[in-house]
Amino acid sequence: MKLTGAEIVLACLKDEGVEFLFGYPGGAALHIYDAVYRQKQVRHILVRHEQGATHAADGFARATGKPGVVLVTSGPGVTNTVTGIATAFMDSIPMVVLTAQVATHLIGDDAFQEVDTVGITRPCVKHNFLVKDVNDLAMTIKKAFYIATTGRPGPVVVDIPKDVTAAQAEYLYPKSIEIRSYAPVDKGHTKQISRAVDLLLQAERPIIYTGGGVIQGGAALELAELVRELQYPCTNTLMGLGAFPASDPLFIGMLGMHGTYEANMAMYECDVMLAVGARFDDRVTGDLKLFSPRSRIIHVDVDPSSIGKNVSVEVPIVGEAAPVLREMIALVRQRKDKLVSGVIDAWWNTINAWRGINCLDYDVSDELIKPQYVVQKLFEITKGEAFVASDVGQHQMWAAQYYGFDQPRRWVNSGGLGTMGFGLPAAMGIQLAYPKMPVACITGEASIMMCIQELSTCKQYDLPIKVIALNNRYMGMVRQWQEFFYESRYSHSYMDALPDFVRLAESFGHVGMRIDKPGDVEGALKEAFDSDDRLVFMDFITDQTENVYPMIAAGAGHNEMHLKPSRHGEVHKERELA
Amino acid sequence: MRRVISILLENEAGALSRVAGLFSARGYNIESLTVAPTDDASLSHMTIVTYGSDLVIEQITKQLNKLIDVVRLIDLTDGAYVEREMLLAKIALAKLPLSDLKVLVELFNGCIIDICQSNCTVEITGTGHRLDAFVEACGRTQIIELVRSGVSGISRGA
Repeated sequence: MKLTGAEIVLACLKDEGVEFLFGYPGGAALHIYDAVYRQKQVRHILVRHEQGATHAADGFARATGKPGVVLVTSGPGVTNTVTGIATAFMDSIPMVVLTAQVATHLIGDDAFQEVDTVGITRPCVKHNFLVKDVNDLAMTIKKAFYIATTGRPGPVVVDIPKDVTAAQAEYLYPKSIEIRSYAPVDKGHTKQISRAVDLLLQAERPIIYTGGGVIQGGAALELAELVRELQYPCTNTLMGLGAFPASDPLFIGMLGMHGTYEANMAMYECDVMLAVGARFDDRVTGDLKLFSPRSRIIHVDVDPSSIGKNVSVEVPIVGEAAPVLREMIALVRQRKDKLVSGVIDAWWNTINAWRGINCLDYDVSDELIKPQYVVQKLFEITKGEAFVASDVGQHQMWAAQYYGFDQPRRWVNSGGLGTMGFGLPAAMGIQLAYPKMPVACITGEASIMMCIQELSTCKQYDLPIKVIALNNRYMGMVRQWQEFFYESRYSHSYMDALPDFVRLAESFGHVGMRIDKPGDVEGALKEAFDSDDRLVFMDFITDQTENVYPMIAAGAGHNEMHLKPSRHGEVHKERELA
Repeated sequence: MRRVISILLENEAGALSRVAGLFSARGYNIESLTVAPTDDASLSHMTIVTYGSDLVIEQITKQLNKLIDVVRLIDLTDGAYVEREMLLAKIALAKLPLSDLKVLVELFNGCIIDICQSNCTVEITGTGHRLDAFVEACGRTQIIELVRSGVSGISRGA
């Protein structure tokens, strides 16, 4: 039987097992929306802005590991998705974005709501397609899902002109697919893995540094097994938090610009580094000339172009994290007699001395709410088991530093692109995937305003997200940099004329709370998380002057960390502890 | 260092802009780029001349390989290869008499393909360096207009 292009789109999604379709209708998408109306399997979530659709699909993908799916109309529908697509691209999140296009005979005519979708999205997608013939539609959608979810995952755009959605074709969804120009690797090179294990076993000051690739690659269990087998210290990037349990004593915290003292010093002083699914991003490495000067580096990554891009590597291994780590574990077990006993103890003594500095310590106040305190209390009240989506800025760093993630896929944030406005829609995607789980959105009063309209979507679909706004009346991270590097000239970082968030939340049909005393923080959080059927917007009025520490200034080395000013004297530039 | 990279890519709309876009987005250099269909209608062949440090070239080849439309990529400069480029030049006859020009063109195995009263057009084929040498020998002031095709390359042997 023949189906229309629009029906084929929905049939493909059904056969692909898609549960949620995040979207917003419009002229060119109307045939597809009619097909959405006439079926029951795929649940469409109507957002209030197309950016929200992409972030929601992205949050869904990060929390579940399944691809997020978006449907938007042509023109502005497409341009509004670009931020969300770029966000997913930078963090390698599997996503399929279906965009409607003007009819094929109008393409290139500057037709109403026409943009060059393939051209606009090209630099921020893993791949994109324009489908000009209805007979190619099913195959193209199959390719899109295959490309988005294999190898290094990423967003794929499929642009479908309106006349193609009206035309008819026989529907056959291919079960499997091969693309001659695309062959993602899985297993790593056995000889290289063997070399890597030998290098690891002879290390005196080893470190295991892992990123989002371990989470995306579903390799958290393998990572924990390897780390525990070796008893080596492990650090995670911002994107990699939760890959190794934060509560395990072998975990030495996040590394990078706002990483812990012990993690960054260990990176600086190590002699062998195993990097897995991490890409040596500038926020992680700081000044490359000062980066880990004495280490021999093993780098495991599914994307060959990540290896050797910023840092030269002694043992490159191209492969999926999970199978490579499994091979490593087996070899470590075989060759464990090569570990020299006692050697690692000296290294742990050094690390524990760094730990003793207690770099995440902060001053508690009776009068002003410290943002770090709110995150700590959130951790306690949710027993560390909540899904936490965050926006971008100081609150994001505090969330990463003070909420100890023991499981992968619980921490959802825009690490690469740093997209303000990501948090709330991402939390929607998570809450839809896990309706019974607590989902917190840690945000700031600046970030939340960038996608605030999605509070309406939350009402429509009864999403009981707990919004935790750390409201310091500043774009906190901008203010922090202006304080440090621009002699406190706070150029446009002040949030004037803020709304009354309590009444704003109420006007959307939610519960609003304003908390301005430290003594009320715990009670408010408890109350909010007890009401498991309502969205609660908590407006925490926090200390305006608080900064994120430790901090490595952009372009400085790992050994040039700043602790909070009262602790400065305790830390010297280099090595005095080593 | 100068590199000649040969790419076989899907003959799809937009494939060329993916390659060109990659170079501009990542700040890589393109000295020349040629592209044309092959005997297989579904494939195009592209030759790119680029330059950069070994590290940059490694990134260029890895990033190109990552493009879904790239079927096969060879850095021709890694092994033995042949390259050819075609030059068309309109040359003023005022200072360079036709007899002298004919000798020069023969020396470079080229030919004169058009002639009028004040100038003539010559065609030379050779390596990029050889074409540079021809331009040098002619003298830049004699050349009214110069068009080069960009390099095409192929590996030697089996």
